[in-house]
Amino acid sequence: MVNGQQATVRVHTMERLLDVLRHELGLTGAKEGCGEGECGSCSVLMDGVLVNSCLIPVIQAKGTDIVTIEGLSSDKQLAKLQQAFLDCGGAQCGICTPGMILAVHHLLRKRPQPTLEEIREGLSGNLCRCTGYMQIFDAVTQAAQRGGVT
Amino acid sequence: MKSENIVGASVPRMEGRGKVTGEAKYVDDMALPDMLYGATVRSRIPRGKIKKITFGQGINWQEYAIVSAKDIPGKNCIALIEEDQPCLADGMVNHPEEPILLLAHADRHILAKAVEAVSIEYESLPAIFSMEESEKQSEIIWGRDNIFKTYLIEKGNVDAVWEKAEYIVEGEYTTGAQEQLYIENNGMIAAFDSERGLTVWGSLQCPYYVHKALMTLCGLPAERVRVVQMETGGAFGGKEEYPSMIAAHAALLSIKSGKPVKIIYDRMEDMAATTKRHPSRTRHRTAVSSDGKILGGEIDFTIDGGAYETLSPVVLSRGAIHAGGPYYWPSVRIRAKAVATNAPPHGAFRGFGAPQSLFALERHMDRIAQAVHLSPVEIRRRNFLQTGQTTTTGQTVSEPIDLGKLLDRALELSDYAAKKEKFAKQNRHVDKKKGIGIAAFLHGAGFTGSGERYLSSVVAVEACRDGSVRVLVSSTEFGQGTKTVLCQIAAEALGLRYEDVGIAQADTQEVPNSGPTVASRTVMVVGKLVESAARGIRQALSASGMLADSYSPEEFRTACRTYVAKHGEFRSFARYEQPEGVIWDEEKYRGAAYAAYAWAVYVAEVSVDPTSYNVSVDDFVALQEVGKVLNPVLARGQIIGGVAQAIGFVLYEKVIWEKGRMQNGQMTNYIMPTSADLPPIRVYFEELGNVHGAFGAKGIGELPMDGPAPAIVNAVQDALAVPFDSIPLLPEDIFDALIGNAAQQSQPPSARGHR
Amino acid sequence: MRAHPADYELVVPGTLSAVLSLLAREPGAWLPIAGGTDLMVQYSAGNLSARNLVSIWNLPDLRRIEVFPGEIHIGAGCTYTGLREHEIVNREFGLLSTVASWTGGIANQNRGTLGGNIVNASPAADSLPALMVYEAELILVSMRGERRIPYGGFHVGYRKTRLQPDELIRAVCLPRRFSSYHAHARKVGARNAQAIAKVCLAALGRLADGVIEDIRLAMGSVAPVPLRLKDTERTVRGKRIDPPLVELARKTAAVEIRPIDDMRSTARYRAAVAGNLVAEFLEQLRAAGTKT
Repeated sequence: MVNGQQATVRVHTMERLLDVLRHELGLTGAKEGCGEGECGSCSVLMDGVLVNSCLIPVIQAKGTDIVTIEGLSSDKQLAKLQQAFLDCGGAQCGICTPGMILAVHHLLRKRPQPTLEEIREGLSGNLCRCTGYMQIFDAVTQAAQRGGVT
Repeated sequence: MKSENIVGASVPRMEGRGKVTGEAKYVDDMALPDMLYGATVRSRIPRGKIKKITFGQGINWQEYAIVSAKDIPGKNCIALIEEDQPCLADGMVNHPEEPILLLAHADRHILAKAVEAVSIEYESLPAIFSMEESEKQSEIIWGRDNIFKTYLIEKGNVDAVWEKAEYIVEGEYTTGAQEQLYIENNGMIAAFDSERGLTVWGSLQCPYYVHKALMTLCGLPAERVRVVQMETGGAFGGKEEYPSMIAAHAALLSIKSGKPVKIIYDRMEDMAATTKRHPSRTRHRTAVSSDGKILGGEIDFTIDGGAYETLSPVVLSRGAIHAGGPYYWPSVRIRAKAVATNAPPHGAFRGFGAPQSLFALERHMDRIAQAVHLSPVEIRRRNFLQTGQTTTTGQTVSEPIDLGKLLDRALELSDYAAKKEKFAKQNRHVDKKKGIGIAAFLHGAGFTGSGERYLSSVVAVEACRDGSVRVLVSSTEFGQGTKTVLCQIAAEALGLRYEDVGIAQADTQEVPNSGPTVASRTVMVVGKLVESAARGIRQALSASGMLADSYSPEEFRTACRTYVAKHGEFRSFARYEQPEGVIWDEEKYRGAAYAAYAWAVYVAEVSVDPTSYNVSVDDFVALQEVGKVLNPVLARGQIIGGVAQAIGFVLYEKVIWEKGRMQNGQMTNYIMPTSADLPPIRVYFEELGNVHGAFGAKGIGELPMDGPAPAIVNAVQDALAVPFDSIPLLPEDIFDALIGNAAQQSQPPSARGHR
Repeated sequence: MRAHPADYELVVPGTLSAVLSLLAREPGAWLPIAGGTDLMVQYSAGNLSARNLVSIWNLPDLRRIEVFPGEIHIGAGCTYTGLREHEIVNREFGLLSTVASWTGGIANQNRGTLGGNIVNASPAADSLPALMVYEAELILVSMRGERRIPYGGFHVGYRKTRLQPDELIRAVCLPRRFSSYHAHARKVGARNAQAIAKVCLAALGRLADGVIEDIRLAMGSVAPVPLRLKDTERTVRGKRIDPPLVELARKTAAVEIRPIDDMRSTARYRAAVAGNLVAEFLEQLRAAGTKT
């Protein structure tokens, strides 16, 4: 399942989940920044858990529920989290943003009112070269204050 | 007229929605029918002759489009300032990773093996890997003397000051290469067809640079080359000149194969093969009076340009002009040169020479302070430029900037005095030493000297059918807020709402050449032209009687719709004109180097871990005068982001070189700060206005890169009472210095002292 | 991405016994892959020489953490996140949850496994020193049965272990006798997160009447294998912690280890920092001991 819909693909077992999402399913929100699991711009949720899709052989994703950035906002309405990123300047060039938003989403599900330390730790696997992170922290705090991710 | 200002408000990012929903399209998100993937076969040696190329067994080479230098229709070069950089090596290679052949195939998975299967035999030639070796000239690798460019800036009579000086202070400072590390790697798609010509889409800063390069490479006229910027995932200068190279490669493969071709680098290739910040070496020799005033000095500024000239002369220029910082030099001689080495050419990176020379200067100011027994605060205060005084190039500071007051405010915001005293006391009996350091600096916005006049930027604002207006510029968005701020400017200039203004995609078929998106010029220079062009729309509507002197946004839209229905879509143009009084002598390198300077004082508080020797920045104050803040959230974001990159520059990011090739070209081994590494960065602005900038704005994109490195190293010296004059400054370096082992950095001769 | 997926095969037998059958039939021919946080990096870089892989991800038999009165058995397939979230691990084996929080970011902690960390056997692996000081034992399983061996001798050389080609690690056993110890772990890396250790220390110690009754020190990134600092332990065991002892321990540690110069750091830095880490732990131990 991808973003709530059944998805079937015919690919080699060792195709990376990232490539399957991008090339087979046209979900280009997840990005390849490094191919080594360092930058987090390929992050997606797999069975509710944040993972780096560049490091997952697609066959290990079989039978799981994948959520990508495209699955986060419904009916053209931005999720509160996405709105917070816009309000606070959390996205500059935007390339890290899909992964970052999913990482924040994952964090807020576990810790609805995270401390700054918890935010720093929760996002330490998502590299941002533009913002210096502070306005991303602001966005997380705002989203938490407004009661969550959706 | 509306009563609320748009300029000065934190309006939402124009293209933000696409970015937070994943809808924004970067080049690798795009595919064309029948598209092939391209890859590059690169040199494995730093310098030598190509003797033989063998296409190995096990690959069906018939399936591939293969391009070599022979296939280049026009001139085999990436046209920039010089034309010395080949697009594809032809017989001779001058740096590791130099492109030699291009391959394309429909199956992107297959290419890596094909690249590996090409074997190239070389006859190696001696290669040069350092500025010092290059200067020796025992091996000439470029031109007649390995020197790309020199500049000489002279003011006053330097030779006469040494006798009068109470102190002569010397120092040598070095900075290393730095990788821009945009999270989106370089990528291009090219499609050539004999009817329409060549189109490229890609991740880039300067569509018209690519346009010009492709014209020369392909021998095509301007109207048969089209360059379109896709959403670009970070650039920082790293996509100023390099995209011309990758676009050229994609174009050649498309021409050869007759199909669209996409080339996307992976991280390893991008790091190893593309441009980096120029390494630098600055030598200062300064004559100082008994009361701590600079009498004059000699500054020797050298940068490593890598194997080809590319933008080195311009980086050199900016570095040389900024070498004297925000201080008054009654006399100075600045000798600047850019030399060649056998590394991939170094290139633009935020700051563009200024972070290098300003690191040296601001470290040197602390060294002078120590030699003359004044505090770092006092030495700066006594030497700051004042309104009416001239810079090292003889430019008169005409605006009412009071650097002493700026310094005072920064000291207050950072609680400098109390902390300095507290740390000094504490450090005597704790292991974890703390320190606090200052950097004062400036950054000239726009192209140097007559550069803006040479660019002769053109901007258009278009009246649209639906009553909105559309900004047409080649200035690109890559996170810094171009689209947002230029639309704010147009809206403000016309008394419209933010939502009444749009901006075209940067497509050379559609937009005029407003110059490259570099040099912190976009808001200031291009923005001012947008203001003019926008006013042109209003004039046209007024002149046609459709618009009253005072109007609401809705009334404007109605007038605009009516006008367009009657006359068709209408574009108002504005072209750059050099302001009067901004006069520059290119020969003598004297005069008004920049139309405007932003000024700043940064303060860094650090602690050094006694177990690991890691430096952590505990607090950081970034105070700058920027003319006018057009969008507070975006402006703050620029400063924080720039400070973060500069913290990377000084404490984390080391390029490890082995015979001209970067060895640590993976994100695991090239270390940039994570969210767990950066301090809270406190940002404050002052606004003095700027007659040469849109709504009084000065450029700020690069400014924050200049200050953090010296402020932090000054703070580390304050903590440890050991000087460090080379960056990046890693824990290993601190350990070595503290223990006094084989020094990894050359210890510069310290102050000569009393005369 | 430099590998061609068509060149590789990854099979998912789905149960532990099915995996073991395959390994028994063709020992050495199938490389087990759990969360992939090491192997997939090699794969992407075009450096994975193994062409046939067998998935051991998410096998229930490998993910369990079983709590017995005297020990716990952590399934080799337990992820770092799993370790961090387990109550008994947090309460009695705090070093393990600490080191689990060091590895990569959250996304990699959600996929990386303890067994993978052990078998990958990088000298810089974060969790291995902690296993050493906790006197871990490994339950290895194959079609031939199970065997249980001390973790201590499992690493025989650089990236070489005692694991047989038809074997998997089923579980890591930790004796539940360290709750009363003072526990400390610290990693020194290039940055605060997502850093490969330049040096890391896991340490346990117990004072009785101000004297070191027991002490265990293990380090990563200072030798081709994770290293138990037996000499240094011996030097301080039974002694009172005072400045001369701390200095002696620091010096002994600095020469007991075998650090190298590499891309990440220098041997002399590692040696000094290793000594500092030991000294820091002893200071902590002394301070903890005086709080009664």
